[in-house]
Amino acid sequence: MAEPDAVVVETTGSEGAEAVAAEASPKPVDPDFEPEIIVFACHYCAYAAADLAGSMRLQYPSNIRMIKLPCTGKLEVIHLLRAIEAGADGVYAAGCLEGECHYLKGNLWARQRIGQVKRLLAEVGLEPERVEMYNMSSAQGAEFARVATEFTDRIKQLGPNPLRRHGVSPHAAAREAAGDVAMPEEAPAGASAPAPDAASATTEKGPAE
Amino acid sequence: MITAERKPFDEILDLVAGKKKILVAGCDTCVAVCLTGGEKEAEILASELRMKAQADGREVEIEHTAAIRQCEWEYLDMIAEKVEAADVVLSMACGIGIQSMAEKFAPKLVMPAVNTNMLGMPQEHAVWLERCVACGDCRIGLTGGICPVVRCSKSLMNGPCGGSHDGLCEVTTPEKEEIECAWHLIWDRLKAQGREELMLELRPPKDWSKSSSGGPRKMVREEAKPV
Repeated sequence: MAEPDAVVVETTGSEGAEAVAAEASPKPVDPDFEPEIIVFACHYCAYAAADLAGSMRLQYPSNIRMIKLPCTGKLEVIHLLRAIEAGADGVYAAGCLEGECHYLKGNLWARQRIGQVKRLLAEVGLEPERVEMYNMSSAQGAEFARVATEFTDRIKQLGPNPLRRHGVSPHAAAREAAGDVAMPEEAPAGASAPAPDAASATTEKGPAE
Repeated sequence: MITAERKPFDEILDLVAGKKKILVAGCDTCVAVCLTGGEKEAEILASELRMKAQADGREVEIEHTAAIRQCEWEYLDMIAEKVEAADVVLSMACGIGIQSMAEKFAPKLVMPAVNTNMLGMPQEHAVWLERCVACGDCRIGLTGGICPVVRCSKSLMNGPCGGSHDGLCEVTTPEKEEIECAWHLIWDRLKAQGREELMLELRPPKDWSKSSSGGPRKMVREEAKPV
C-alpha cells in the first residue's frame, strides 16, 4: 500500500525546483551534457501550450521529447519507470491546471503517480528530482517554455542518468511503454500548426513507431 | 479479500542477493485488487530491480509474469516454463500463493515479495479494514454482524470491558488512529435491530481449537470430490 506521507511532489514554482537541484547536485555542471527529457503531455493543455509556444516563437531547450496523452490520468507508474530504465535523464508530466482537467481528476491522479515514482526511484538510489509533475493551461505557451527550461536546467545540474546506455532510446522505450495510451504525434485537428522551431522539439518520430 | 503489503525494497534485495535470473511473479486475484501484487505491481518491482542491478553494475536477468491465481495448480502450470528458467521466483501473491508456488516447483527457490497481512474489507478506494481472522467458529449472528474477535482489541466474547469510552477503545492513543469499541458498535447495532437482550446472554469461552491454534486446518468436501 502507498505511504501517503513519504515524498512531497514538487510544485511548479521555479524557486522550489532550483532549490532541489542545488541541494541534490553540488558537483559542477558538465557544459557538454545534453539531457534527454521525456514529457508526457496532455492533449488538452500542455500539448496545445507547446503549439502556442511555437507560434509565439518562444525559445525552449530542444532536449525535450513529447509523448501526447489524451489526459495525464492515463499515465501509469510503469511508463515513467520504463523511460528512466532506458536512460531518460528526466521525465515530467504536464497536465491541465488543477481543477481544470478535461476529465475532472486525471491530473490529480497523475500527481499521485509521479509521487509514487519519486519514492520508487529513491528506493533504487536514483534522484527523485528526475521526475516531476507540472500543470499549465493551453493558453500558457510561455509557461510551457519556462517549465521546459527550468526542468532542463535542473537535470543538467543532476547530471546524466547513470542507467543511460549506448544504443538505447529512452523516447522509444517510453513510447513503447505508453503505447496503449499515447496519441499519434500529428497536430490535433483545428489546432494551429506548430512553428518550425517548435516542431523540431515536439514532433520527433520515435523509432518504436 | 486477502490483503498484502509489499516488503521494503532492501529486504527484497537481500532475498534475491547473488541470483542471476529472477522472475517476479504477480497474482491477478486478491493481491491485484488490493494494488500490491498483480501484474502491474510485478512489472514495477521488476523494473526497480533491473534499475538497481544496472546502477550497481550487476548483470542480472529480471522478468515478470503473473498467474491468474497462484494458489491453484492449474494456473501455475501456465507460468511453469518461466518459473523453471529462473534461479529464484519473487512471488507477490499472498502467503497461500507463495507456498503453492514453492510446493509445486520444489525445490525451486520461491521468495515472498509481500507480507500478507489480513482478510480485509475495502472501506473506500485504497483503504482496507480487517474484518475476519478465519477463526473457524463464526459468532457474528449473535453480535449484530460485527465480529468481536477481530474488532475488539481483546477479542472479548462478553463485552464491553471497562476500557470503552465514548465509543472508542482504550487502545486508542493520540499517536494511533482511533479504534472504535467493537462492543459499543455491537450494542448500537443490536439496539437498531431490537435485539438488545442478546447483550445479556453470557457466552462461554470460545473454542479456539477451530482456529489456527488447533494446528493446520484442512477442509474436505466429499460430495464435490472428482468421481
